[in-house]
Amino acid sequence: MTLFQAFIEALESLNSNKLRSGLTILGIVIGVAAVIAMLAIGRGAQDSITGAISGIGTNLLFVFSGNDQANLRNVRPLTIQDAEAIGDPFLAPHVAAVAPFIQSGNVIVSAGGEQARTSLGGVTPEYFKVRNFRVAEGEEINQEHLLGRASVALLGVEVAEKLFGRREGLVGETVRIEGQPFRVIGVMEEKGGSSFGSQDDVVFIPMTTARTRIIRRSTINRVDLILVQAVSARDVPQAAEEVAAILRERHRTEVGADDFTILSQQDFLQTVDTILGVFTTFLGGIAAISLLVGGIGIMNIMLVSVSERTREIGLRKALGARKRDILIQFLTESSLLSLIGGLIGILLGWVIAYIVGQIAAATGNAFTPAVGLDAILLATITSTIIGLFFGIYPANRAANLEPVEALRYE
Amino acid sequence: MAEAVVIAENLTKVYKMGEVEVHALRGLSLQIFKGEVVSIMGPSGSGKSTLMNILGCLDHPTSGRYILDGEEVSHLRDDQLAEIRNRKVGFIFQSFNLLGRQTALANVELPLRYAGVTKGRKERARQSLVAVGLENRLHHKPTELSGGQQQRVAIARALVNNPAIIMADEPTGNLDSKVGQEIMDLLLSLNRERGTTLIIVTHDPKIAAQTQRVIRIRDGVVDDTPEAERAKMEAA
Ligand SMILES: Nc1ncnc2c1ncn2[C@@H]1O[C@H](COP(=O)(O)OP(=O)(O)OP(=O)(O)O)[C@@H](O)[C@H]1O
Ligand SMILES: [Mg+2]
Repeated sequence: MTLFQAFIEALESLNSNKLRSGLTILGIVIGVAAVIAMLAIGRGAQDSITGAISGIGTNLLFVFSGNDQANLRNVRPLTIQDAEAIGDPFLAPHVAAVAPFIQSGNVIVSAGGEQARTSLGGVTPEYFKVRNFRVAEGEEINQEHLLGRASVALLGVEVAEKLFGRREGLVGETVRIEGQPFRVIGVMEEKGGSSFGSQDDVVFIPMTTARTRIIRRSTINRVDLILVQAVSARDVPQAAEEVAAILRERHRTEVGADDFTILSQQDFLQTVDTILGVFTTFLGGIAAISLLVGGIGIMNIMLVSVSERTREIGLRKALGARKRDILIQFLTESSLLSLIGGLIGILLGWVIAYIVGQIAAATGNAFTPAVGLDAILLATITSTIIGLFFGIYPANRAANLEPVEALRYE
Repeated sequence: MAEAVVIAENLTKVYKMGEVEVHALRGLSLQIFKGEVVSIMGPSGSGKSTLMNILGCLDHPTSGRYILDGEEVSHLRDDQLAEIRNRKVGFIFQSFNLLGRQTALANVELPLRYAGVTKGRKERARQSLVAVGLENRLHHKPTELSGGQQQRVAIARALVNNPAIIMADEPTGNLDSKVGQEIMDLLLSLNRERGTTLIIVTHDPKIAAQTQRVIRIRDGVVDDTPEAERAKMEAA
């Protein structure tokens, strides 16, 4: 018996009991579809978040106050002066630009009768360069605004839409931030959604204005974050060293007890990758359990099939079938069940992933589930192996039947 | 006389059922010659089917020697026996034992498949079906055939590999006497035309009377009582 013949016979045999074969296949379909969809969704989430982080710029450093690695007695906050020191080209030759930043995650902005809750960023002109942000209309916050503590605001498109119902022709309008009037000098370009929430739901005002009028800090010169742009992506490590040296000096920290944290985009990516990797594995693991259940279904049906066909097996043996022939016959059937299930499951999983992507897009969390070739290979191979594995016991049972006993079986 | 196809010496078969041992064969010896048509008769439970299973290489004897077509087969492994069955034995069963989902042609092809024949397989199967008079039923499934026709398919299947012997365990048992006689005629004509060696187990004296030799089995051994004496005993 050639494998091809075994294949044809297996198809015929599965075909002769369509409902049963179909239900068995369904078990595998669900398992494989779940695995494919889960992996695709996990992968999609990973892609979109890492994409968002990559979009921040590859030569950026984030400097925070505090350090959870060290056990610190007193932590000095980061200040404007720290930022200025980092910006000194003699102290930090690999730093191209420095943008101190303060923020409030929850302010009330109103215009006319409309009001909106949004986040507020107090920025310097460098901020736009460092983040690669541009205005769609109007002008960016400049040095004059900063020095004059001007009451001017740049609106994100989402805020603009909420307050004015449009995103154009807003320059010169007045908005109230925490009750205080600000003149709109521009609207930001649309950034689109990201996994961190919308980047368009934001208002920027000059840092000096923010510090004195909206976001009051205990230490007057304190900033929440310093963004540092290295000269190039290659210079990021040196720039980080220089920043660290400057801050150690200024904060007079003990050796090995930095009271600040410097993160590069790579650090972020790594952390996020790790977390999402665990998340994806977890989802995939749950899906794999349903695949296992599908495999047990195959074993069950194959056992039923073997005992139903005992006489047939006896007859085949009488006509000259060897153990191997019977083994191959039943293994072919079980692997075919799972292979068909696997293929349908891949398609179904793909469809599910696509639908989830559409739903995500419709709700503004654009991310594209990614069905990788590796996931497809994995699912195909796993489902075939499951068919073989769970088929071995029943097939072996069939192959070892005594011909005389089998022929006498009713 | 011609050469012996079957030489069985001192065959015993013991079935163990827990504590109880059933001695189905107790030192049975016989010879069957090439081209012979032999019937095996005997009371129910005398060991006819057990003997047929051993002669057909479906089962091992517990002890004794068995030479089939010049080959000692009593000590062969399962897979070797499978090959012997495939090449040298054709089986005809009381209940036909056809694969219900397959056509007559596919059923007859089956032994050729296990023999690894790929070329001309269909044609050989077709010829075999022609030989049993079923040239018009090649693509019928067993459920679309009468009992007699089904048994003809089984005979075609038994013939297709040109076996040394054909073993039929009550081949007419499931058929009415008219159809049974047709099957018997077919078997006898195959023997005449091809010289096929036939061993037929039967309870029917009319069937046995048409064979060249009757081997009687009683309690697991060949019953050698001469015919005249048996007649007396049965009359008594
Ligand atoms: N698998 C088995 N296990 C135990 N005992 C068995 C087995 N097969 C047959 N026997 C016993 O062996 C003896 C011979 O049985 P066998 O089937 O050979 O009889 P038979 O001559 O073919 O009878 P019948 O004419 O009714 O078909 C019987 O006593 C039977 O009960
Ligand atoms: Mg019997």
